Amino acid sequence: MPTDIHVDEVVDARGLMCPMPILAAAKAMKLLEPGQVIKVLATDKGSLSDIPAWAIDTGNELLTSGTEGDALVFYIRKGEL
Amino acid sequence: MTMQTPAASAAETIPLTEADIRRIVKEEVTKAFASNPASRRAAIIASKGTLDWAYPPLILANAAAAAGMQVSMFFTFYGLNIIHRDFEKKLKVDPVGNPAMPMPVPMPDVVTGMPGMVTMASKMMRSRFAKNNVATIRTLLDSARELEVRLIACQMTVDVFDYAPEEFIEGIEFGGAAAFMSEARRSEVNLFI
Repeated sequence: MPTDIHVDEVVDARGLMCPMPILAAAKAMKLLEPGQVIKVLATDKGSLSDIPAWAIDTGNELLTSGTEGDALVFYIRKGEL
Repeated sequence: MTMQTPAASAAETIPLTEADIRRIVKEEVTKAFASNPASRRAAIIASKGTLDWAYPPLILANAAAAAGMQVSMFFTFYGLNIIHRDFEKKLKVDPVGNPAMPMPVPMPDVVTGMPGMVTMASKMMRSRFAKNNVATIRTLLDSARELEVRLIACQMTVDVFDYAPEEFIEGIEFGGAAAFMSEARRSEVNLFI
Protein backbone atom coordinates (compact mmCIF):
# COMPACT_ATOMS: atom_id res chain seq x y z
CA MET A 1 0.00 0.00 0.00
CA PRO A 2 1.83 3.13 -1.17
CA THR A 3 1.64 6.11 1.17
CA ASP A 4 3.78 9.13 1.98
CA ILE A 5 3.14 8.87 5.73
CA HIS A 6 6.34 9.06 7.76
CA VAL A 7 6.61 5.93 9.92
CA ASP A 8 8.57 5.99 13.19
CA GLU A 9 8.14 2.34 14.12
CA VAL A 10 7.00 -0.79 12.32
CA VAL A 11 5.11 -3.45 14.30
CA ASP A 12 5.18 -6.80 12.56
CA ALA A 13 2.30 -8.81 14.05
CA ARG A 14 1.93 -11.11 11.06
CA GLY A 15 0.98 -14.64 12.06
CA LEU A 16 -0.16 -13.60 15.55
CA MET A 17 -3.73 -14.14 16.69
CA CYS A 18 -6.02 -12.07 18.91
CA PRO A 19 -5.13 -10.35 21.23
CA MET A 20 -1.41 -10.33 20.35
CA PRO A 21 -1.49 -7.73 17.50
CA ILE A 22 -3.11 -5.24 19.89
CA LEU A 23 -0.61 -6.02 22.62
CA ALA A 24 2.27 -5.55 20.17
CA ALA A 25 0.84 -2.25 18.95
CA ALA A 26 0.26 -1.02 22.50
CA LYS A 27 3.80 -1.99 23.52
CA ALA A 28 5.35 -0.11 20.59
CA MET A 29 3.12 2.91 21.10
CA LYS A 30 4.20 3.24 24.72
CA LEU A 31 7.74 4.09 23.63
CA LEU A 32 6.75 6.81 21.15
CA GLU A 33 6.00 10.50 21.55
CA PRO A 34 2.61 12.05 20.71
CA GLY A 35 2.42 12.72 16.98
CA GLN A 36 4.70 9.83 16.04
CA VAL A 37 3.35 7.08 13.81
CA ILE A 38 3.42 3.28 13.93
CA LYS A 39 2.72 0.99 11.04
CA VAL A 40 1.14 -2.32 12.11
CA LEU A 41 1.23 -5.39 9.89
CA ALA A 42 -1.18 -8.16 10.82
CA THR A 43 -2.70 -11.26 9.29
CA ASP A 44 -5.34 -11.88 12.00
CA LYS A 45 -8.58 -10.83 10.28
CA GLY A 46 -9.95 -9.79 13.66
CA SER A 47 -7.49 -6.89 13.46
CA LEU A 48 -9.82 -5.23 10.96
CA SER A 49 -12.15 -4.36 13.81
CA ASP A 50 -9.71 -4.66 16.74
CA ILE A 51 -7.10 -2.12 15.66
CA PRO A 52 -9.56 0.71 14.87
CA ALA A 53 -11.44 0.03 18.15
CA TRP A 54 -8.20 -0.01 20.13
CA ALA A 55 -7.05 3.21 18.45
CA ILE A 56 -10.28 5.02 19.41
CA ASP A 57 -10.17 3.76 23.01
CA THR A 58 -6.58 4.84 23.51
CA GLY A 59 -6.95 8.27 21.95
CA ASN A 60 -4.64 7.36 19.09
CA GLU A 61 -5.56 8.14 15.51
CA LEU A 62 -5.94 5.56 12.76
CA LEU A 63 -4.62 7.52 9.79
CA THR A 64 -5.28 4.96 7.11
CA SER A 65 -5.41 1.21 6.55
CA GLY A 66 -5.20 -1.21 3.67
CA THR A 67 -3.32 -4.30 2.58
CA GLU A 68 0.29 -5.06 1.76
CA GLY A 69 0.71 -8.45 0.13
CA ASP A 70 -1.10 -10.91 2.40
CA ALA A 71 -1.02 -8.57 5.36
CA LEU A 72 -3.43 -5.99 6.67
CA VAL A 73 -1.66 -2.72 7.34
CA PHE A 74 -2.61 0.11 9.68
CA TYR A 75 -1.00 3.51 10.20
CA ILE A 76 -1.68 4.91 13.66
CA ARG A 77 -0.57 8.24 15.05
CA LYS A 78 0.04 8.46 18.77
CA GLY A 79 -2.41 10.72 20.58
CA GLU A 80 -1.88 12.88 23.63
CA LEU A 81 -2.57 10.26 26.28
CA MET B 1 -12.19 50.55 7.27
CA THR B 2 -12.01 47.04 5.96
CA MET B 3 -14.54 44.39 6.82
CA GLN B 4 -13.42 41.10 8.25
CA THR B 5 -15.31 37.89 8.66
CA PRO B 6 -15.55 36.78 12.32
CA ALA B 7 -13.58 33.64 11.53
CA ALA B 8 -10.71 35.58 9.98
CA SER B 9 -10.48 38.01 12.90
CA ALA B 10 -10.63 35.15 15.41
CA ALA B 11 -7.79 33.46 13.62
CA GLU B 12 -5.83 36.69 13.81
CA THR B 13 -6.43 37.33 17.47
CA ILE B 14 -5.94 33.71 18.70
CA PRO B 15 -3.26 32.04 16.63
CA LEU B 16 -3.37 28.35 17.52
CA THR B 17 -0.28 26.29 16.93
CA GLU B 18 -0.35 22.53 16.58
CA ALA B 19 1.09 22.30 20.10
CA ASP B 20 -1.83 24.40 21.42
CA ILE B 21 -4.33 22.09 19.79
CA ARG B 22 -2.58 19.03 21.21
CA ARG B 23 -2.61 20.59 24.66
CA ILE B 24 -6.32 21.46 24.44
CA VAL B 25 -7.22 17.96 23.21
CA LYS B 26 -5.18 16.43 26.04
CA GLU B 27 -6.90 18.61 28.65
CA GLU B 28 -10.36 17.81 27.32
CA VAL B 29 -9.70 14.06 27.14
CA THR B 30 -8.19 14.06 30.64
CA LYS B 31 -11.27 15.91 31.91
CA ALA B 32 -13.59 13.41 30.23
CA PHE B 33 -11.73 10.46 31.77
CA ALA B 34 -11.67 12.13 35.19
CA SER B 35 -15.44 12.68 35.11
CA ASN B 36 -15.99 8.97 34.45
CA PRO B 37 -13.03 6.97 35.76
CA ALA B 38 -15.13 3.77 35.71
CA SER B 39 -14.91 3.69 31.93
CA ARG B 40 -11.20 3.01 32.38
CA ARG B 41 -11.60 0.04 34.71
CA ALA B 42 -12.52 -3.59 34.20
CA ALA B 43 -13.20 -6.39 36.69
CA ILE B 44 -13.24 -9.96 35.44
CA ILE B 45 -14.13 -13.15 37.32
CA ALA B 46 -12.51 -16.33 35.98
CA SER B 47 -14.41 -19.30 37.44
CA LYS B 48 -13.58 -22.14 35.08
CA GLY B 49 -10.54 -24.38 35.15
CA THR B 50 -10.31 -25.95 31.73
CA LEU B 51 -7.83 -25.08 28.97
CA ASP B 52 -10.49 -23.72 26.64
CA TRP B 53 -12.11 -21.57 29.34
CA ALA B 54 -8.78 -20.19 30.53
CA TYR B 55 -8.52 -18.24 27.29
CA PRO B 56 -11.51 -15.84 27.27
CA PRO B 57 -10.81 -14.09 30.59
CA LEU B 58 -7.08 -13.78 29.85
CA ILE B 59 -7.60 -12.52 26.30
CA LEU B 60 -10.14 -9.92 27.41
CA ALA B 61 -8.00 -8.80 30.35
CA ASN B 62 -5.02 -8.31 28.04
CA ALA B 63 -7.08 -6.46 25.43
CA ALA B 64 -8.50 -4.16 28.11
CA ALA B 65 -5.08 -3.47 29.61
CA ALA B 66 -3.61 -2.81 26.15
CA ALA B 67 -6.37 -0.24 25.66
CA GLY B 68 -5.18 1.55 28.79
CA MET B 69 -7.69 0.13 31.27
CA GLN B 70 -6.92 -0.85 34.85
CA VAL B 71 -7.89 -4.50 35.05
CA SER B 72 -8.52 -6.78 38.02
CA MET B 73 -9.01 -10.51 37.55
CA PHE B 74 -10.55 -12.62 40.28
CA PHE B 75 -9.85 -16.33 40.14
CA THR B 76 -12.37 -18.38 42.02
CA PHE B 77 -13.30 -22.05 42.28
CA TYR B 78 -11.86 -23.96 39.29
CA GLY B 79 -10.54 -20.70 37.87
CA LEU B 80 -7.71 -21.04 40.41
CA ASN B 81 -6.24 -23.63 38.02
CA ILE B 82 -5.28 -20.79 35.67
CA ILE B 83 -2.93 -19.19 38.20
CA HIS B 84 -1.70 -22.43 39.79
CA ARG B 85 2.03 -22.84 39.18
CA ASP B 86 1.28 -26.16 37.43
CA PHE B 87 -1.34 -24.59 35.19
CA GLU B 88 0.19 -26.15 32.09
CA LYS B 89 -0.52 -29.63 33.46
CA LYS B 90 -3.78 -28.76 35.20
CA LEU B 91 -5.57 -27.05 32.32
CA LYS B 92 -7.23 -29.73 30.21
CA VAL B 93 -10.21 -30.18 27.97
CA ASP B 94 -12.93 -32.73 28.66
CA PRO B 95 -14.92 -33.73 25.58
CA VAL B 96 -17.64 -35.39 27.70
CA GLY B 97 -20.88 -33.46 27.59
CA ASN B 98 -19.42 -30.96 25.16
CA PRO B 99 -21.17 -31.46 21.83
CA ALA B 100 -19.66 -28.21 20.52
CA MET B 101 -16.11 -29.50 20.70
CA PRO B 102 -14.69 -30.19 17.23
CA MET B 103 -13.77 -33.90 16.95
CA PRO B 104 -12.22 -35.75 14.00
CA VAL B 105 -15.36 -37.93 13.90
CA PRO B 106 -18.63 -37.52 15.83
CA MET B 107 -18.38 -39.43 19.13
CA PRO B 108 -21.05 -40.30 21.69
CA ASP B 109 -20.33 -39.61 25.37
CA VAL B 110 -19.73 -43.33 26.07
CA VAL B 111 -16.70 -43.07 23.79
CA THR B 112 -15.45 -39.63 24.87
CA GLY B 113 -15.80 -40.81 28.48
CA MET B 114 -13.27 -43.60 28.01
CA PRO B 115 -9.86 -43.49 29.74
CA GLY B 116 -7.28 -41.38 27.94
CA MET B 117 -9.82 -39.23 26.13
CA VAL B 118 -9.20 -36.14 28.27
CA THR B 119 -5.46 -36.36 27.53
CA MET B 120 -6.16 -36.86 23.85
CA ALA B 121 -8.67 -34.00 23.63
CA SER B 122 -6.32 -31.67 25.54
CA LYS B 123 -3.47 -32.55 23.20
CA MET B 124 -5.70 -31.94 20.19
CA MET B 125 -6.82 -28.57 21.49
CA ARG B 126 -3.26 -27.50 22.30
CA SER B 127 -1.97 -28.45 18.86
CA ARG B 128 -4.91 -26.70 17.22
CA PHE B 129 -4.09 -23.52 19.14
CA ALA B 130 -0.38 -23.86 18.33
CA LYS B 131 -1.07 -24.47 14.64
CA ASN B 132 -3.11 -21.27 14.49
CA ASN B 133 -0.42 -19.35 16.36
CA VAL B 134 -2.68 -18.57 19.30
CA ALA B 135 -0.72 -17.29 22.29
CA THR B 136 -0.15 -19.83 25.06
CA ILE B 137 -1.70 -19.38 28.50
CA ARG B 138 1.81 -18.68 29.80
CA THR B 139 2.28 -15.86 27.28
CA LEU B 140 -1.07 -14.34 28.21
CA LEU B 141 -0.32 -14.56 31.94
CA ASP B 142 3.13 -13.00 31.44
CA SER B 143 1.72 -10.22 29.33
CA ALA B 144 -1.12 -9.55 31.81
CA ARG B 145 1.43 -9.13 34.61
CA GLU B 146 3.58 -6.93 32.41
CA LEU B 147 0.54 -4.71 31.77
CA GLU B 148 -0.07 -4.57 35.54
CA VAL B 149 -3.31 -6.52 35.51
CA ARG B 150 -4.13 -7.41 39.13
CA LEU B 151 -4.41 -11.17 39.57
CA ILE B 152 -6.44 -11.96 42.66
CA ALA B 153 -7.04 -15.46 44.03
CA CYS B 154 -10.29 -16.01 45.90
CA GLN B 155 -9.17 -16.73 49.48
CA MET B 156 -12.22 -18.81 50.36
CA THR B 157 -11.77 -21.27 47.49
CA VAL B 158 -8.01 -21.38 48.07
CA ASP B 159 -8.80 -22.59 51.60
CA VAL B 160 -11.62 -24.94 50.60
CA PHE B 161 -9.48 -26.63 47.94
CA ASP B 162 -6.52 -26.84 50.37
CA TYR B 163 -4.13 -24.82 48.26
CA ALA B 164 -1.06 -23.30 49.88
CA PRO B 165 -0.30 -19.70 48.89
CA GLU B 166 3.05 -20.75 47.42
CA GLU B 167 1.31 -23.11 44.98
CA PHE B 168 0.38 -20.14 42.82
CA ILE B 169 2.39 -18.22 40.24
CA GLU B 170 4.36 -15.11 41.17
CA GLY B 171 2.69 -11.76 41.57
CA ILE B 172 -0.79 -12.71 42.68
CA GLU B 173 -2.87 -11.29 45.51
CA PHE B 174 -5.50 -12.88 47.70
CA GLY B 175 -8.92 -11.38 48.29
CA GLY B 176 -12.56 -12.02 49.05
CA ALA B 177 -16.00 -11.19 47.74
CA ALA B 178 -16.02 -7.71 49.24
CA ALA B 179 -12.69 -6.91 47.62
CA PHE B 180 -14.13 -7.93 44.27
CA MET B 181 -17.32 -5.92 44.81
CA SER B 182 -15.30 -2.86 45.73
CA GLU B 183 -13.46 -3.21 42.43
CA ALA B 184 -16.62 -4.09 40.48
CA ARG B 185 -18.61 -1.04 41.58
CA ARG B 186 -15.83 1.22 40.32
CA SER B 187 -15.56 -0.59 36.98
CA GLU B 188 -17.84 -0.08 34.04
CA VAL B 189 -16.81 -3.42 32.56
CA ASN B 190 -17.72 -6.40 34.73
CA LEU B 191 -17.48 -9.91 33.38
CA PHE B 192 -18.20 -13.31 34.89
CA ILE B 193 -16.55 -16.08 32.92
